[in-house]
Amino acid sequence: MLPALWFWIVAVMIALYVVLDGFDLGAGAVHLAVAKTDEERRMVLKSIGPVWDGNEVWLLAGGGTLYFAFPQLYASSFSGFYLPLMMVLWLLILRGTSVEFRSHIRNAVWRPMWDVIFCIASTLLAVFFGAALGNVVRGVPLNKDGEFFLPLWTNFQPGPEPGILDWYTVLVGVFALLTLVQHGALWVAHKTENAVQQRARRIARLAWYGVALLTVVVTIASFRIQPKLAESFANWPAGYVFPALAVAALASVYVFGRRQEDGKAFLASALYIVGMLTSVVFGVFPMVLPANTDPSLSLTIYNASAPEYGLRVGLWWYIPGILIAAGYFWFLYRRFAGKVQVEAEGY
Amino acid sequence: MDTALDIHRLHFAFTVTFHYLFVQLTLGLALLIFILKTLFLKTGDEHYNEAARFWAKIFAVNFALGVVTGIPMEFQFGTNWSRFSKAAGGVIGHTLAMEGLYAFFLESSFLGLLLFGEKILGRVGHWLAAMAVWIGSWLSGYLIVATNAWMQRPTGYRLGENGEILLDSWWSLVFNDWAFWQYAHTITGGVITGAFVMSGVGALYLLLKKHEDFGRTFLRVGVTAGVIASIVALFPTGDQQGMLVARHQPATLAAMEAHFTTGEAAPMFILGQPDVERRRIDNPFLVPGMLSFITSKRWDAEVKGLDAFPQDQWPTNIPLLYYAFHIMVGLGTIFIAIMVLSFIQLRRGRLFETKPLLWILLLAAPLPYVANTAGWMTSELGRQPWLIYGLMRTQEGSSAHVSSGNAMFTLLGFMGMYTLLLMLGLFMIWREIEHGPGGHAVQQAPAAPAPAVGD
Ligand code: HDD
Ligand code: HEM
Ligand code: HEM
Repeated sequence: MLPALWFWIVAVMIALYVVLDGFDLGAGAVHLAVAKTDEERRMVLKSIGPVWDGNEVWLLAGGGTLYFAFPQLYASSFSGFYLPLMMVLWLLILRGTSVEFRSHIRNAVWRPMWDVIFCIASTLLAVFFGAALGNVVRGVPLNKDGEFFLPLWTNFQPGPEPGILDWYTVLVGVFALLTLVQHGALWVAHKTENAVQQRARRIARLAWYGVALLTVVVTIASFRIQPKLAESFANWPAGYVFPALAVAALASVYVFGRRQEDGKAFLASALYIVGMLTSVVFGVFPMVLPANTDPSLSLTIYNASAPEYGLRVGLWWYIPGILIAAGYFWFLYRRFAGKVQVEAEGY
Repeated sequence: MDTALDIHRLHFAFTVTFHYLFVQLTLGLALLIFILKTLFLKTGDEHYNEAARFWAKIFAVNFALGVVTGIPMEFQFGTNWSRFSKAAGGVIGHTLAMEGLYAFFLESSFLGLLLFGEKILGRVGHWLAAMAVWIGSWLSGYLIVATNAWMQRPTGYRLGENGEILLDSWWSLVFNDWAFWQYAHTITGGVITGAFVMSGVGALYLLLKKHEDFGRTFLRVGVTAGVIASIVALFPTGDQQGMLVARHQPATLAAMEAHFTTGEAAPMFILGQPDVERRRIDNPFLVPGMLSFITSKRWDAEVKGLDAFPQDQWPTNIPLLYYAFHIMVGLGTIFIAIMVLSFIQLRRGRLFETKPLLWILLLAAPLPYVANTAGWMTSELGRQPWLIYGLMRTQEGSSAHVSSGNAMFTLLGFMGMYTLLLMLGLFMIWREIEHGPGGHAVQQAPAAPAPAVGD
């Protein structure tokens, strides 16, 4: 009971991270395409400026929660995905520095340099996060101690000796990028006006077709690669609500996009992401990290969780903590609601 | 010696030491900015507000670097220390997750408001934002130190049938007595850094005859905070830490002092080079009986030497440990001397004209960074050969499947990236100091102000 509860808590925190940091990653990926002049770029950065750091804290808080509730999973997956995680860290460092440092100096070298770094780091992060999800669905070669190590690539086949990157995980990476491009472009369209808004809307519209196509392709590929998915949905048909949510949300993105209701389209896109992620989580549950060699070696919420006492006292600090954090977010997003405006620079 | 293990250790030591360079200034400045805002609220004098704004800009650059270098720390428990995480994650995961939930959300949400929300929030609201950032960063410090304290002195656990470490009492994890004194001492170290940096900039402005009214304010606030913090670092916090080490890690204490043979009325070496092979100190300069007095407040008490412990329980790098400890304490003594002198001159109204003292304050500004780093090296080297004192050895904790080549690759990656970050950070902080306080329009934007973007 408690492991399942904590499992869903962590899953929701990670989904929230993807939805929240997802829009600023997406905004970064489309940054150079939607904003051409310095003023336009400042507008895009301003649309995420007050919130991106807070959004990223969901990754840390989700990671910390995972650490204490499922230490075995944290240990095994973080050391097994060593190389890609370190690269994710470098990209997060570059991205954080570019948002914070860009404004301090105004000249023709400094700002464009950070703009390009920001765009590249955001794009690659989206692809890496997608590939990570692909790895979790495909499974990893866990040994008896519940450990493994994956090189970046081997022969690009999801066989018994896979790498982080194979055709399937790369496909999921591209899918994640397109999804976040749509998500970020809708956020930018919602927060800006004029030329930037027009370009963002166009990109969101184009991305939609890619997302729709890949939703189908990736779903088929996933069911072939991970047999557990079909099994889960056959055993508990109630689970179809998750994919149904995703499909309905994707259709709404299209409809609201046509009507130029950017805010609603953005919310629909957030629901689409939640629907897709919960579908995956439901599909592999109660596994948290499947073994692709011998399924009995898989890590599940039962063999990877911390003992009962810790999980129980954890609720005592978790519940007030998350309510307070939600309060800050409510306050922050209300304070910074509305379209961004770029005023003349102070000095 | 296993090379993969050595690289994992260096990996962690390098990244955490670098992270801590920024953290210490954050901890110190968060308090000092709050003090400046409070002075503004009480006196209504815009000068203090302008001073707070100036330091908030430096704080912002420093904080950004603290955040980006902090994120790898949390990951590394899993990536480089997976066997440790598997064994202890169910315990220390509590303090780490609480840090995210209670401290990081607070800081990240209110920093934007502190930097750019002055107009929206009004005077009291903005003062509250400064307080939130101060409390958030100090809370974050407590929870991470409590994590480290548990590794130094594990409490609140029991061992399972197969030797697993099981959390038994959340209270004794979070309110470990070691954590209390370690935190008090660490925070004091942060305030010392903040105070020396603030006084150093103040002294610089007076010597340059630039922004002199601000220079005087910085000196007044910096020296007052500095004299208190420097003394508190020695007594009670440093003293109590030493007592805890003597009680719970006696082998560590003997190694810190290079005290090889057990005996009564043990002396303390002020200077001298330990010769571990021959078990003696070369060129000693000592105070008789001092070590006995410090550890048990009696001049003739017996203090266990390294000979009282099996050699496989000695810290692994005794010379470095000895020097780290002596550098910290030596600098701590120098800080007290500088700050007490400056404070006396300040009270007599002469500090601003005493040029030699201004020069000393300027040149001493980087030294607290050395003292803090040396302090952490004392703790972490002193804990060896244990990763969790008495429970798990360091060599049992690293990731078994991450090869030395892969660990080296990422260590070099961090070294390269951090060298660039340090250069950028120093460059940008220097620009703010050059520009000086004042002359900024109140930072605000009508609809959607953004931290550090397009101001
Ligand atoms: C500006 C910083 C600074 C200064 C001036 C001092 N310290 Fe310190 N010290 C630290 C910064 C620090 C630290 C970085 O905060 C440490 C590392 C871990 C910790 O708990 O605090 C530390 C650790 C530390 C320890 C624990 C070592 C261990 O855990 O094995 C002791 C016994 C002392 N200190 C004692 C002192 C004494 C007697 C000082 C006398 C002046 C002193 N420190 C000055
Ligand atoms: C409070 C949180 C901290 C925790 C939980 C922590 C934990 C660790 C761990 C897991 C290791 C690697 C294992 C080992 O070699 O013992 C380590 C080593 C080390 N840490 Fe810390 N550390 C903390 C803070 C710091 C800080 C702030 C510094 C320095 C400024 C520091 C300096 C070092 C050094 C120098 C080593 C290398 C010791 C050696 O390899 O012998 N630590 N620490
Ligand atoms: C070795 C273990 C450590 C870990 C895992 C760690 C983790 C982190 C993380 C993830 C952040 C970024 C938070 C954000 O995004 O806002 C951060 C920042 C921070 N950490 Fe650490 N840290 C370590 C060592 C320390 C130590 C020893 C202290 C203080 C005593 C400390 C105090 C802080 C503070 C005050 C911040 C706020 C940002 C800043 O540095 O300016 N950390 N830390």
